[in-house]
Parts: sequence; C-alpha cells; structure tokens
Amino acid sequence: MHWLVRRALISFATIFAAITITFFIAEAEPIDPIRALASQMVYQYHIPWSEAYSIARAAAPFIPRGNPVEQYFHYIINFFQGKLGLSITVATGVPVTEILAKAIPWTVLVVGTALLISFGVGVLIGMAMAYVHGSKLDSALIVVFSVLRSIPNYIIALVLLIYLAFQLRIFPTGGTYDLAGLEALKHGNILGYIADVLWHATLPILSWVITSVGWWALVMRGSTISVLGEDFITYAKARGLPSSRITTVYIGKNALLPIFTLLMISIGFMFGGSVIIEKIFNYQGMGWYLYQAVMNKDIFLMMGAFDVIIIAVIVSLFIADIAYGLLDPRVRRGGPA
Amino acid sequence: MSGSAVGARGAYTREQLKWFVHEWIIVPLKIIVRNKKALFGFILLIGYLLMATVGPLVVPKPENFQCPMELKPTLLKWPPSLAHPLGCDYYGADIWAKIVYGSRTVLEIAFIAGFITTIIGITVGMVAGFKGGKVDVALMSITDVLMTIPGLPLLIVLAAILRSYANNPFVVGAILSVNAWTGLARSVRSQVLTLKNREFVEAAKALGMTTGHIVFREIMPNLASFIAVNFIFSTIGAVYSCIALYFLAILPFTANNWGLMLYMAWNNADYNTVIAVVLAVIGLQLGLFMFSYAVDEMFNPRLRTEV
Repeated sequence: MHWLVRRALISFATIFAAITITFFIAEAEPIDPIRALASQMVYQYHIPWSEAYSIARAAAPFIPRGNPVEQYFHYIINFFQGKLGLSITVATGVPVTEILAKAIPWTVLVVGTALLISFGVGVLIGMAMAYVHGSKLDSALIVVFSVLRSIPNYIIALVLLIYLAFQLRIFPTGGTYDLAGLEALKHGNILGYIADVLWHATLPILSWVITSVGWWALVMRGSTISVLGEDFITYAKARGLPSSRITTVYIGKNALLPIFTLLMISIGFMFGGSVIIEKIFNYQGMGWYLYQAVMNKDIFLMMGAFDVIIIAVIVSLFIADIAYGLLDPRVRRGGPA
Repeated sequence: MSGSAVGARGAYTREQLKWFVHEWIIVPLKIIVRNKKALFGFILLIGYLLMATVGPLVVPKPENFQCPMELKPTLLKWPPSLAHPLGCDYYGADIWAKIVYGSRTVLEIAFIAGFITTIIGITVGMVAGFKGGKVDVALMSITDVLMTIPGLPLLIVLAAILRSYANNPFVVGAILSVNAWTGLARSVRSQVLTLKNREFVEAAKALGMTTGHIVFREIMPNLASFIAVNFIFSTIGAVYSCIALYFLAILPFTANNWGLMLYMAWNNADYNTVIAVVLAVIGLQLGLFMFSYAVDEMFNPRLRTEV
C-alpha cells in the first residue's frame, strides 16, 4: 500500500476514534449540555429562558436525550461542518470553533518552536558527541543529558517559573501577551508586539527544550556511532571525498533517518503535554482550553478541544511523513512500513 | 535453552538453589557494580523502595503546626533546620515526612501501570506477530490509531469520567496504561516477525511443540532484555503522567502523594514543598533511567557470558 494512503487511512480512523471517545464521554456526563448552556446564558446575559434555550439548541452539534445512534451520526456530520456548539462555562455563548481558532496558533507557536530548537540543537550535539565518543567530554555530556532527560517537563516549568519569573522577574508569570504588547500593536508597532509575544513564550518553550534536547542528543549519538562503522563510510573516505560531504550527506543523513520515527512520536507527546505546560504558564492555547473545559464541565468545548488537538497531531504527522518520504527513497517506493 | 536448569518441578535441590542464587542474585549484582551509571541508579532505587516500604515505620507521621509558628515565613516558608531537614510546608508540617509518606502511592501506581502496560504490549505484539494476516492488520490498525492520540489529553478526558472509580492504585494504574502500551506492542511484533522464521523456532515447530511452549520458552528469552528495559521506561512514563494528573487535580485526592503535594503547594505559593517534590521526582526518574543501563545486560544471555 502506498505510504501516503496508509497514513491517510490511519488519520481518518484516528479522527473517528477521537470523535467517538468524546461523544461517549459527553453521554456519560449526567449533565444535559443544552440546558446547562441555556441556564448559564440566562444568568449571564439576562435573556429569557425560551430564547436562551433555542439559541443553545440551534448551535448544539447534537441533541442529547434521544436515540444515541442518531445523536452520534448527528454529531459526526456537524463536526465535519465545523458546528461544534457554544461554550457553556469557560466563555459562555461563544462558539467553540471561534475559541479554538484563536487558541491553535499559540500552541503551534510554542510546540513548533520548541520542537525545531530541541531537535536541531540535539541532533548537532549528538553528532558531535559521536565523533568524540569515549572521551571525557562525551561521558560528561551523557551524564548531564541523562539527568535532563529524566526530568518531567512540567517540573522544569515550575522551577523556571519560581526562579526566573517570581524571584528574578526576568520573564512574565503567564499569559500569551500583555498590555504592553497590545499597546504596541495598536500603535502599529508590530515588532514590539512580536517581542512581547516571544517574551511570554520563552519559558514554555524553554521547559520543552531543556527536557528534550538531551533526549535527541543521546539518540542521535547512538545512531551516528552505528553509522560511523558502516562500510560505505570507509569507502567514501577511501575515495577521497571531502570530509564536509561525508559528514553531512553520508553520515548525517543516514543517522537521521531512524530518528525521524521518534520525531513523529515526539509530536504527539508535545501536543499532549501542552495541556499541563499551558496550564502552568496560564498560556491560552488548545491544551489550556481543554483543561479548563474538563474542570468546568464545559462539554462542547471539551469535545472540540480534544478533537482539535488530535487533528493538530495528525496534520503535523502528515507533514513529518512527507518530509520523511523526501529524505528516504525506500519509503517513497512503498517498501515495508 | 532458557529455564531448563530449573529441572523437574517440585522441591529445589541444594544444587538448584545454588544455581538460582548465582544466576539471579550474584551475577546481576556483579553487572550492576561493574557499571557505574547502573550502580548509581540501583542505589537511588533501593533508597526510594526503602522510603516507600520502611519509611513510614521510621519517620514520624507529618502533622500540621510542627514548625514553630513565630518564625517569619519567607518566600521559602520555613527554611531547613536540623529538626526538619527540608523545612516545613504551608501548614507547618515537616516536608521530609510528607515526601516519605507520599512516596508509597506514587511507586505503587507507577509499578502497577508499568506492569499492566508491559503485559498488554507483549500480548498484543505477540498475537499480532504470530497470527499474522487479518488479526495482525486489525491489531496494528488499532495500535496505530491509539498511538496517534496523545496520552495526556486522553487521560485527562478519561479520568474526568472515571474519577469516582479512581481511588485505588490498580484502577489508576490501568487508566495510565490506556494507550501507553502501543509502542511496546509495535516493537514486540517486529521482533517476533524476525524471530518467527529462525532455525530454532522452526525446529521447535517441527518437533511438534505447542505454541505456548514456543512463545514462552523459545521466543520470550530472546525478548527478555528488551521487555525489561521497556518495563522501566513504562514506569518512568507512568510516574510522569501520574504526578501530572494529581497536579492537575484530575484524579481524586485519596491518599497523600507527591502530585497532590505539588498541587497544594503550588496553589499556596509554598515553594519549599515544590522544590522538595521536584527533587524527589527527579531522583526517582533518574534512578529508573540509570538502572535501565544494567537491565539490558542482566537479561541478555549473550551479554552476560563474560561475568
């Protein structure tokens, strides 16, 4: 089977699985989300019950208290049309799609930057370690990286917050941007806004980078060492190829290939981990909204946030897969998966 | 080729006992002592196991208002002193005692989750690899789908509805392994596929051995080191998610544990406790990770010949 077709099939199955899981969880909740939403709207916006109820019902992706099979198909159809209902408690009456559309870029910013930095830096350090393997520097780095890779990222996040934000006040204690950034944006100072955003994103990104750079370095070190002993390297040297070409094309590329699969696992782990990192930094991305929705029994937002996180993972995996196919000709030809 | 030395079932003879002690106690210890990293991890792990088992018998139970209340609380509330080596927390309770009393739940849940994860991973991988055909396609499709769903969000959503059942470590362990087994299942399957057609398995088949015998006696010993290392990594993963879920207040607060301590301390700006828990978690994870360096050698018959 063509690798892209296979990946597409699994992606679709995964989206269906995610939708099904959230649907069952919504069914298991004793709360009727439509009534809950209507009463929240009555309470917050002082509109009559009948009006609130009809707004809530019109926007709902499925109507609870009916035939569950019918509800399920109703939900799937509405999901693919982008009708995900309104938020109940977290942002009463705001469409879930609107909330999530605002949240996605923040998560992608943090996760994407952290992944690129830790992968890039980790791979370079790992290759360098492999060249000097057995040396004192190598063993010292192994110990340092083993320690770093054992620390959960949220633990690093807490430590960074305590020391760099609460005590030294170098970085903000949370949020995606603040008034200074907003002011800059109003006065057309785009650079000032970007600086403010990056300033807020630094600690979340750093929590990821510190804990995963060592992991990449250790994996790349092992992979490079195994490539170093291959015959084609010796042959390339014997042919008198420039060492820069041997390092990048012959060693780098071949050592990188087996690591690529780990990149895919790491994408899912990082999007998933955004729930706790974003909670700690009060960073309003997808994970933050998923957590708020679960804690406040905001059923429609919970369903939407969970499904969108999984779609984000799937899209990233697709991109990684295409990149892998470009790197490795064996995959393109449809070899064993 | 594996357990043949145990011989006939029933009482162990003196010789067999001697063999057992040599094979399972002396040789592994030699391997650990020889490898500095593994020795360090082993000592850490023993420390944590003692803390969780003997600790509560030795260390007095933490009580609120143990610390003198007239001391001015600073950012680090009550600083460490001789009587209270890690200082006291927001409520004036000894932090070291709380860490000791909280370790049991964490270790229990982590090892149970690691165990369940490993069992499911091996079973799914073995069945898929052996049966092949449609069973293989079906199992691997399920594995791929579950693998794509990120663990933490799935756990958070699931734990929210399973909350009322999640008051015993077995249930929490089972929740934590919900999709942690997928990686192991995939690797076991590919290992089985490469071993399936090797001569010794063919020979066993030709001799009319049962599938059970082939799986447990011929294939398993070859996977033992691989499985043991994976068990440790599953445990590391379970510690990660377990403390995360308690810290996020997703799991019910039943017994004192590090995740709950972290949650309470963080919300009360009690950084003394936060740092103590941070160090405790790092130590445990590091111990497990370092110990894994020796495990490979211990269970791999080819690597241990020279000892």
